[in-house]
Amino acid sequence: MNAGGEDGILIEGRRGTGMPEKILESFQVKRLDILDDKGNVDVSLAPALTDDELKRIYETLVLARTFDQRALNLQREGRLGTYPSIRGQEASQVGSALAADKPDWLFTSFRESGVYVAMGYPLDQIFQYWAGDERGMKIPGNLNIFPLSIPVGTQIAHAVGAAMAAKYRKDRAGVLVYFGDGGSSRGDFHEGLNMAGVFKAPVVFLCQNNQWAISVPRERQTAAQTIAQKAVGYGFEGIQVDGNDVFAVYKATKDALRKAKEGKGPTLIECFTYRIADHTTSDDASRYRPKEELELWKARDPILRLRLFMEKKGLWTEAYQKEVDARSKAAIDEAQKKADAAAPPDPRDMFTYTYSSLSQRQTREIKDF
Amino acid sequence: MVQALNLALREEMDRDRDVVVLGEDVGKDGGVFRVTDGLFDRFGPERVIDTPLAEIGIVGAAIGMAAYGLKPVVEIQFMGFIYSAVDQLFSHAARIRARSRGRFTSSLVIRTPYGGGVKALEHHSESTEALFCHMPGVKVVVPASPRLAKGLLLSAIRDPDPVVFLEPTRLYRLIKEDVPEIDYTTPLGKARVVQEGKDVTVIAWGSMLQRTMKAVEGFNAEVIDLMTLCPFDEETVLQSAKKTGRVVIVHEAVATCGLGAELSATIAEHAMLHLKAPIVRVTSYDVVLPLPKLEDHYLPSIERIRRGIETVLQY
Repeated sequence: MNAGGEDGILIEGRRGTGMPEKILESFQVKRLDILDDKGNVDVSLAPALTDDELKRIYETLVLARTFDQRALNLQREGRLGTYPSIRGQEASQVGSALAADKPDWLFTSFRESGVYVAMGYPLDQIFQYWAGDERGMKIPGNLNIFPLSIPVGTQIAHAVGAAMAAKYRKDRAGVLVYFGDGGSSRGDFHEGLNMAGVFKAPVVFLCQNNQWAISVPRERQTAAQTIAQKAVGYGFEGIQVDGNDVFAVYKATKDALRKAKEGKGPTLIECFTYRIADHTTSDDASRYRPKEELELWKARDPILRLRLFMEKKGLWTEAYQKEVDARSKAAIDEAQKKADAAAPPDPRDMFTYTYSSLSQRQTREIKDF
Repeated sequence: MVQALNLALREEMDRDRDVVVLGEDVGKDGGVFRVTDGLFDRFGPERVIDTPLAEIGIVGAAIGMAAYGLKPVVEIQFMGFIYSAVDQLFSHAARIRARSRGRFTSSLVIRTPYGGGVKALEHHSESTEALFCHMPGVKVVVPASPRLAKGLLLSAIRDPDPVVFLEPTRLYRLIKEDVPEIDYTTPLGKARVVQEGKDVTVIAWGSMLQRTMKAVEGFNAEVIDLMTLCPFDEETVLQSAKKTGRVVIVHEAVATCGLGAELSATIAEHAMLHLKAPIVRVTSYDVVLPLPKLEDHYLPSIERIRRGIETVLQY
């Protein structure tokens, strides 16, 4: 219908009676950058961090990368199964995980070794898990991490439920959930964020937009300019941060978790970053990804820029780097040794952990085992 | 049965603050079948949670709540709407205990009306219980009477594993029975011999049990109400099969890959030499579930169950 239009029917009284379209809501998408490629910092935005805290962040980033590299090496040697590298995303993972407090809960996808490293997860268990042993995902009792989720985006709703539970119990705990640009296309994302908005659940949605979901580029996931702006549709705030800027990630996550725990509802943080490596060790990204793009992002390395910043502050020296590298290597050597030395899993565990107790059939099966 | 389920929820929520109810229209409206009637007023919106229309979100959130330590009881409005949430149930709820080697469990219940015979719209009469029985880590329970409904639901809520609790829509208001207002449970994983008999064993559950009881009149039949479909009570089934030597299995799901196939195979594996006749399955047909005009032609009737019994007795 084109009432009142050039060729349309004029409805009596409609023309010129003052019923124009109104703007009900308009929105802006914020982007946060604090630390640039050259190691320059916007001091007005930078989080207040002591020298020791800065060093801890730097050392965790190095540990995460060293761990990741070792995992790739072990996979090539046939000692780990398929492994998804985090290379390039260290700042997004470490910066956000270090912003979480002890009572906070973390829900992760599969590409989150940096989060586990930052949370102090036993490194030998991470090796154990990727070598195909469930005992690696037996989360230590002192860590509030939910086992990683391989089906993309499905963990989003779990995080919302945990946040609703924390709110119900009146605990001062927030929930941080990780997923990627691919995950933002799924129904789980929509239903999870929608519910979180409705119930003002204390949850922070952290999307690591690494530009590629295996071979499919970001623009094939959504026609929206940013992933951050999707939050608007769910009635809460979204923000894009430079995901290779550990300060921006840390600050945005810290602020969002504080806001969540103050009862002010969820936040969506889009960490704009890049997957430097292949999707997993089973993938060959050169089949679909332009080389120039990769080179461009390599120059935006998240660890290098923190190093440059610390160098300017006199916190980084060659000797310090050697020491950090040596400590990382030693920790990973030890973890690897421990993982190698672990007794093989008991095949009966398959039965033990399916139900809370054995069924009649399982009892029979285990007898013939 | 509606009142019995309501009573179970009310009593358990009185006892245990960790029990919360969530789903579509479960709050003020009390659920489309009124199973959660009055709970909203008694326990408030924080424990009786009207959710957005989002089955993935509801079941996914319940998994997160359970991880946090709550005991969520989810209502999926009809079994025909559960399928989008199957990913959450199968990929996570069923596996989280194994994946975390016991650190986390999914102690949650998904209640949903199931089955036909109420002349409802398309997607409102599903009986696809076998899908859920195929996934290790999930328990599947079906009550056949109000008293059992209360006892089984209380067991399901207290069970540390995820339970799909299928409520036969046709029985919601069909059977009248006194339900004790005391704390009692009906154990999961156990079948019930409804009546003893010598000549034939008839296995059924849910609304088919009620038809079966009418169909066995005049026969010396042993009737088993399976109650927990997964993991089912092999001992009771095999004991009865060995005793009577003749078995009829009745379910309103289709024959192909229905639970009757699993029961038949189990009996064949372990009691073959005791059998005097081939096992007969009386099921719905392998067709798309029809709308109400043809529903009576689709579901196993008393007459078809009787014919099944007569078939095995001929041997």
